[in-house]
Amino acid sequence: MSEKKVVEEEINFQKNDAFNLTMIPGAFARKMRTCVIWQFIRFVIINVKMIIVVSKSH
Amino acid sequence: MARLVVLGGGVSGHTTATFAAKWLGSQHEVVVVTPNSKWNWIPSNIWVGVGEMTKEEVTFDLAPVYAKAGITYHQAKALSINPEGKEDSDKPFVTIEYTSEDKAGQTETIEYDYLVNATGPKLNFDATPGLGDGNGQMGENTVSVCTADHAVHAAEEFQKAIEKMKAGERQKFLIGTGHGMCTCQGAAFEYIFNIEHELNKAGVRDMAEVKWISNESFLGDFGMGGLHMKVGGYVVSSKLFAESLFAERGVEWLIGAHTSKVEAGKVEYELLDGTKGEEAFDFAMLIPPFAGVGLKAYNKAGEDITGTVFAPNGFMKVDANYNAGAYENWKASDWPRTYQNPTYKNMFAAGIAFAPPHIISKPMSSPNGTPINPTPPRTGMPSGIIGKAVAHSVCDLMTKGEDAKLHEASMAEMGAACVASAGKGVFSGQAAAMTVYPVVPDFEKYPGTGRDTDYTFGEIGLAGHWIKHILHHLFIYKAKLNPGWTLIPE
Ligand SMILES: Cc1cc2nc3c(=O)[nH]c(=O)nc-3n(C[C@H](O)[C@H](O)[C@H](O)COP(=O)(O)OP(=O)(O)OC[C@H]3O[C@@H](n4cnc5c(N)ncnc54)[C@H](O)[C@@H]3O)c2cc1C
Repeated sequence: MSEKKVVEEEINFQKNDAFNLTMIPGAFARKMRTCVIWQFIRFVIINVKMIIVVSKSH
Repeated sequence: MARLVVLGGGVSGHTTATFAAKWLGSQHEVVVVTPNSKWNWIPSNIWVGVGEMTKEEVTFDLAPVYAKAGITYHQAKALSINPEGKEDSDKPFVTIEYTSEDKAGQTETIEYDYLVNATGPKLNFDATPGLGDGNGQMGENTVSVCTADHAVHAAEEFQKAIEKMKAGERQKFLIGTGHGMCTCQGAAFEYIFNIEHELNKAGVRDMAEVKWISNESFLGDFGMGGLHMKVGGYVVSSKLFAESLFAERGVEWLIGAHTSKVEAGKVEYELLDGTKGEEAFDFAMLIPPFAGVGLKAYNKAGEDITGTVFAPNGFMKVDANYNAGAYENWKASDWPRTYQNPTYKNMFAAGIAFAPPHIISKPMSSPNGTPINPTPPRTGMPSGIIGKAVAHSVCDLMTKGEDAKLHEASMAEMGAACVASAGKGVFSGQAAAMTVYPVVPDFEKYPGTGRDTDYTFGEIGLAGHWIKHILHHLFIYKAKLNPGWTLIPE
């Protein structure tokens, strides 16, 4: 008998039909959300983008 | 010396009054009439509503700030406007009723040369039976995070639910909109993920069912007809973005729903396909629909002209195209640019107080004729920008004369930044940071998505969460008029 392969991030797909038809982030995407170095880079980029949006809006 | 009267000391009115006072100096008078003694950074009420912040951290006293700025402050609510004055005087005036402890209930009239209505929304709980108490206030069946006091109450109820779960009793949390014509889905969206985060933190997530109920026809509409953003080389709809987040966190959704009745532990709803149903809950936070605050207007002879000055929903008419007709004919140019009242040119409306020309999302109704669609959001950034543009216009009119060119701030040419965070810890929280440009889609300028996808984006992570923290401190710092406040953008 083949071994059971449980991927924690994928469990929710089975919880209901609506969940099953969307995308759910995998382990890498989740890790990047809390990776301080990557998030610091994103922080700078998001800030620059927000400042541009603010300046275009005034 | 001319007098500017600003009704409402919230996000928009506070911006108008403080900039006008700075630009006008002591040559002219700026008066603020607002029923609240404290200014509230409303976006952080979400954290108050889960017990992560106190009311004191999101509010401060207005009186010392207005004294510092040289603004005359009346803690009162405006009741009516007489834009033509009265029989024996041409001077326009407003009638106010004090809410401060020492003068509560006393009425007074204040003459004005220019008037800015920034009274924000009436939280119209009574539009849904059982959501209100029948006297215009929130009922006892649900909680709210729309004011700091509501949020304190919500946190207490949330804590009780957590205690019950710790004692082994399962709880169901229902969060969303309390009527088919609500706006402010973003606030409910942020709250539901804060609830979910706190349940995990308290170790009781497996004892809880968390469910979303909203009037959006698709998840991620946010009252803006949704938005598109670039993710991983694709341009995707916010529907996918929102559904993904809900599925990841195990939060079920019920959309296209008009909440028609609320009872203790149960809501009744009607869906876009006409079916009706019920949803049970142990804890519910349902945003009420918004309306104008109910100001009246009278002409010189004392006749009621409320219908001339205000739209039927109670918001003030401005330079918008209110005759755009069917959805197919809607254009970005329907949206107001100067916020000047078309009948009385010395009156303006800023922030939520102005009457939008129409909704932004596609209009929808059930086969029974019940309208079920979000009304347009006028979030913090647009409210602040509009407040500042109106201040600019009024100051120019006062200092350069009646022919001064008015300043413009169309929601079809301005963006909005929204950061919906879950949790408060610097490294444990996460946020969905979103910007949308422009707020009102312009399909002539941006065929396809209606928006500039270089500046319309959304992503989830710590970075957005840090921005949320910074915004909290920055905007309270600015609103207190601390050194350098004018350098902080709206
Ligand atoms: C829980 C929550 C979270 C939110 N989060 C965000 C967010 O993250 N980002 C964002 O951009 N926006 C957010 N918003 C929206 C944002 O708070 C509003 O867009 C903004 O407050 C609107 O500004 P305003 O000045 O028009 O109205 P308000 O800020 O509501 O101010 C209106 C003022 O008028 C006063 N008033 C009422 N009646 C009268 C009267 N009769 N006479 C005189 N004064 C009167 C009120 O007391 C109040 O002071 C959130 C809203 C809520 C409820």
